[in-house]
Amino acid sequence: MGSLTATVAPPTGSNVTPSFRTFGAIAVAGFRRHATYRQATLAGLVTNTVFGFLRYYVFLAAAGTAGQVAGYDRAQLATYVWVGQGLLAVIAIWGWTELADRIRTGEIAADLLRPVHPVTSYLAADLGRAGFAALCRLMPPVLVGVLLFEVYLPRRAATLPLAVLSVLLALVVCFGCRYLVNATAYWLQDVRGPMTLWMLAGNVLGGLYFPLSFLPGGLEALLRYGTPFPSLLQIPLDVLVEREPLPAQLGLVAVQAGWAVALLACCRLVQRRAERRLVVQGG
Amino acid sequence: MAEPATLTGAPAPAQRPRPGAQRGAGGALRAYRALLGAQARSQTAYRTSFVVDLVGNVGATAFDVVTVVVLYGVTRELGGFTLRETLVIVGLSAFAFAAADLLVGNIERLSGYVRTGLFDAVLVRPLAALPQLLLMDLPVRKVSRVAFGLAVLLAALASARIEWTPARVALAVVAPLAGIVFFGAVFVLTATVSFYWIDSGQLANSVTYGGRDFTSYPVTIYGGWFRALFAYGLGFAFVSYHPALALLGRADPLGLPGWVGWAAPGVAGVAAAVAALAWRVGIRHYRSTGS
Repeated sequence: MGSLTATVAPPTGSNVTPSFRTFGAIAVAGFRRHATYRQATLAGLVTNTVFGFLRYYVFLAAAGTAGQVAGYDRAQLATYVWVGQGLLAVIAIWGWTELADRIRTGEIAADLLRPVHPVTSYLAADLGRAGFAALCRLMPPVLVGVLLFEVYLPRRAATLPLAVLSVLLALVVCFGCRYLVNATAYWLQDVRGPMTLWMLAGNVLGGLYFPLSFLPGGLEALLRYGTPFPSLLQIPLDVLVEREPLPAQLGLVAVQAGWAVALLACCRLVQRRAERRLVVQGG
Repeated sequence: MAEPATLTGAPAPAQRPRPGAQRGAGGALRAYRALLGAQARSQTAYRTSFVVDLVGNVGATAFDVVTVVVLYGVTRELGGFTLRETLVIVGLSAFAFAAADLLVGNIERLSGYVRTGLFDAVLVRPLAALPQLLLMDLPVRKVSRVAFGLAVLLAALASARIEWTPARVALAVVAPLAGIVFFGAVFVLTATVSFYWIDSGQLANSVTYGGRDFTSYPVTIYGGWFRALFAYGLGFAFVSYHPALALLGRADPLGLPGWVGWAAPGVAGVAAAVAALAWRVGIRHYRSTGS
């Protein structure tokens, strides 16, 4: 059928400024939309904080009397945990099923009619959401950590900008993973299975349950370079606590950038294949 | 969906005007069984999705255990406890939580039912609200998680070199059951918050899933007021830590007497009573969201 014109020819090239403006507008809308869920934000904050305590004490126990484990000292572990608890909400590792829901209900048809590519528009909305989360979900757990525990503050001037870049890339990597998991709905309708697997992989291999350097060396390297998961939490947090010298950190961020580009390309490819077979019911 | 079918079909026998206490109870039982059967059928309808879910659910509990093993890969002891000892604690916690989550856990959807008004439909039926809510959505896929938790518990008990006495055998049976009751009470108690605060969903997680994480480790690893709050304020120390000490024959490094480990059923009973009371008060307070 000749019905696949939906996202084929968005007018690109000549009008870069308007498309930037569109991207910005969608991002702002994403920010404002999430700023309205105040009760949910508060509830999520409390939960992140409680789990911050749980994880911090467990890691601290692993450091034992030596106060050192797998290259982290106590203060670095504190930063790892408390910033990590905030980052969870910024990259939104859990519970994004919006795209899958829209595919199942057929509302995706409306997205396909818009002149912006769906991957681009969902990414813009997600950046806006992340902006809100960075203000209201990242700061409070970090404050709790700073006020109650001795945390590690970066010492090198280059670390902070590098960490910000690393978080941005983590967000794009996470978005790419979530988009792909959601896009399985084009074929499966019900995404509960893929979603469960993604949550497990993201949590454990992302470095939430324990820093991946607790694992035997070969396994850690395999995960770090062979899968996108450590790019979600482990790498930004490692960059922030300066676990490695600057050149190694730049290498880690480059790995993230590689995954971000690969995943976005993959999203566009999957989207194109999906549109070719998509049948929207109703009229 | 299975919902409307059971609504019109099953509860009919219980609706008859006072058919005598015995027949009333039998009718209610039949109605509950019909609810459960409809759930099991609807959830297994999509075979592939169900199998993936079964596997994924084992994964969640398995990774909790894997985490403990990984931590012991970088340290010899956590809070003064060896891996074998900690695994007894993990086993008690994992099995009790998984079983409670299977039986009572979906009560956490209550806030959704309150928001959409489905809870009104539950209340007008001639059956008690709580059992209906539990059976309406019994997550059959979580059976795999319970089986895995039980396997971890049995393996941990077998490998911990416990000096078995009749009393310890009894405790090894009673403590997990008390843990199930305790976690069940926590699920119900936190769900009642949604009668007052509809968007509280994630808040409950901090005590339910937080409680599971807390009880997976010896309480000695936690510090200060946080330990006091979770272990004794909320009572989570009696789920796995104190029973494990009694089973292992270890004195409590924090100085509580040995008999505390045997108090687990009592604490679970108190928790269940508090949860039942809170549920009743909550239902009385309930005002439909309208529509």
